[in-house]
Amino acid sequence: MLIKIKNSWELSENEVTAHSVYLSRREILKTVGFMGVGAASSLIMPGIALADDGLKVQPNKYDGHDIRNELTDIRAVQGYNNFYEFGMEKDDPARNSHSLITEPWTVTVDGDCENPGKFAVEDLIDFNALEERIYRMRCVEAWSMVIPWVGVSLSEVIKKLKPTSNAKYIYFETLVDEEQMPGQRRGVIKWPYREGLRMDEAMHPLTIMAVGLYGKKLANQNGAPMRLVVPWKYGFKGVKSIVKISFVEKEPNSSWMRLAPNEYGFYANVNPNVPHPRWSQATERRIGDFRRRDTLMFNGYGEQVAHLYDGMNLRRYY
Amino acid sequence: MTKDWRRVLIHILSVLPALWLFWQMSLWYRFLPHDLSANPIEYITKFTGDWTIRFLLITLSVSPITKFTGWRILKYRRAVGLYAFFYALLHFLNYMVLDYFFDWPLILEDIFKRPAITFGMVAFTLLIPLAITSFKFFIKKMAKNWQKLHQLIYIITIFAVIHNYMMVKADVLIPVIHAIILASLLCMRVYLKYNNRKASIKKQLA
Repeated sequence: MLIKIKNSWELSENEVTAHSVYLSRREILKTVGFMGVGAASSLIMPGIALADDGLKVQPNKYDGHDIRNELTDIRAVQGYNNFYEFGMEKDDPARNSHSLITEPWTVTVDGDCENPGKFAVEDLIDFNALEERIYRMRCVEAWSMVIPWVGVSLSEVIKKLKPTSNAKYIYFETLVDEEQMPGQRRGVIKWPYREGLRMDEAMHPLTIMAVGLYGKKLANQNGAPMRLVVPWKYGFKGVKSIVKISFVEKEPNSSWMRLAPNEYGFYANVNPNVPHPRWSQATERRIGDFRRRDTLMFNGYGEQVAHLYDGMNLRRYY
Repeated sequence: MTKDWRRVLIHILSVLPALWLFWQMSLWYRFLPHDLSANPIEYITKFTGDWTIRFLLITLSVSPITKFTGWRILKYRRAVGLYAFFYALLHFLNYMVLDYFFDWPLILEDIFKRPAITFGMVAFTLLIPLAITSFKFFIKKMAKNWQKLHQLIYIITIFAVIHNYMMVKADVLIPVIHAIILASLLCMRVYLKYNNRKASIKKQLA
C-alpha cells in the first residue's frame, strides 16, 4: 500500500478535494472496502478542483496532516452539535441557527490592552493568512471528531490588540440575542456563554480562531462567524460566535464552572486519567466508529502543550 | 388467542417504539440514512432510557386511574410493567454491549464509583425478580408475598428517575417532569390509602 506523507509545500486538503468528494467520502470508503483509507485517498483525492466558495489557505506546520485520513463526515460536523443557544438536542443547532445574522458582526475588545474598541471580523483576522488545521476534537461527553478547521493562530489576533503586562488571561463571550438564538429563551445556562484561557495557552500556536471548516466559511451551527478552537482541551472550551474579548488579570469564571464547579474546571484539558464525576474519560467514541478508542493525554497534543502545565496537579486543576 | 382488543392495542402501541428503533438500527447497520443521529449509541441510550421511565410511570398510574375513574384496566398493568422491563433490558444491553462492549474494568468502575450509574443498575437489578415472577404460576404460588415483592416498583421507579436526573448534563427539564409525575402518583396513593382506611372505619362504626 502506498503511504503518502505530505510535505509542507504540498497543497492542503481543501485545495485538492472538492466539497462533493468530502460529502461522498463514506461511499468512496464503501466502494473500496478492504483497500484501506490511505490507499483510497491517494487514488481518488488528487487532482480535483476546488469549488469557488472555498477559503484560500496557506501551508503551515501545524496542519495535522497525520490525521487527514480520519476526517469526520461533514454531515456529522454540521449536524451533530452542542450549541445550547439554539436548543438542547444535538440536531437543534443545525435546525435553528438559520436565524443568526453573522454579517455585519461586531466584536468588542476591552480590558488590559492597548487597542481596545469595536472590530469587524476582517479587522481581527487576516483572510489572506488563513491556515488549515486538521485537529482532533474531544467532547467532554466522550465522543470525538476530526475536523479540518480554517483560521489563524489566536496569537496573531492577540498581537493586533496588544495586551499589557497586566493581562494574565483572555476572556470570551458569545452573542446574547433571543431573537437570533432561540435557545436563550430558556435559562439553562446563564447567558452569555463565557470562556477563558490563560495567556500562555492563548498564545500557543495550536490555539486558533477559526472562521471556517472543510475549506468553507463556518456554518452558523459551528459558531459563525468566528470561534475558538483549543485542540488539547474539551470541546466546550471552544466558545462560538464570539462578540466579546477581554484581557483580564484574574482567572475568569467559565459558563460550565458556574453551572457545575465540581464537574468542570477552568483548564478542562483532555485527560484520560481524571474522570468526569459521572462517567469515565478513559475512552471515547469517534463519530462514525462503532467501538470506543482510548483517549489520549492532552488529546494527543502533549508533545506540544504538556510543558504549559509543568508542576501543576492536573487532578486538582481539571 | 386473546379476544380482548384493548390488550392487543396495548401490545401494539408498546412495541412500536422498539420496532421503530430496530428498523432504524438496521438502516444504520447497512450504512443507510437513519434517524439515530451521528452518534447512534448515545441516541439509543437516551431512547431506551426514556421509554423505560415512561412505562414505569404508566405502570404506577394504572391503579390510581382505576380508583378515580372506575375503568377496569387493572388487568393490563402486568403487561405494561413487563414492557418497562423490556425497555430497561434494551437500555442495559445497549450499555453493556454496544457502548462499552464488555469492558469490565470500565463498567465496574462506573457501577461502583458513579452514583448515577449505581442508581440505574440497582433499579434494573431489582426489576429482574419482578419480571420473572410476573407469570401466573408465581402469582398463585407466592400469594401475599407476591404483593410485597412487587411493591419494589416504587423504589425502582424512584431510583430510575434519580438516575435520569443525574445523567443529564445541563437541562433537567425532562427528568424534573418525570419526578413531578412520580411525586403526584405517590401522593395519590397515600391519599387513596388514607381515604380507604377512613371509609372502612366508618363502615365498622355504622
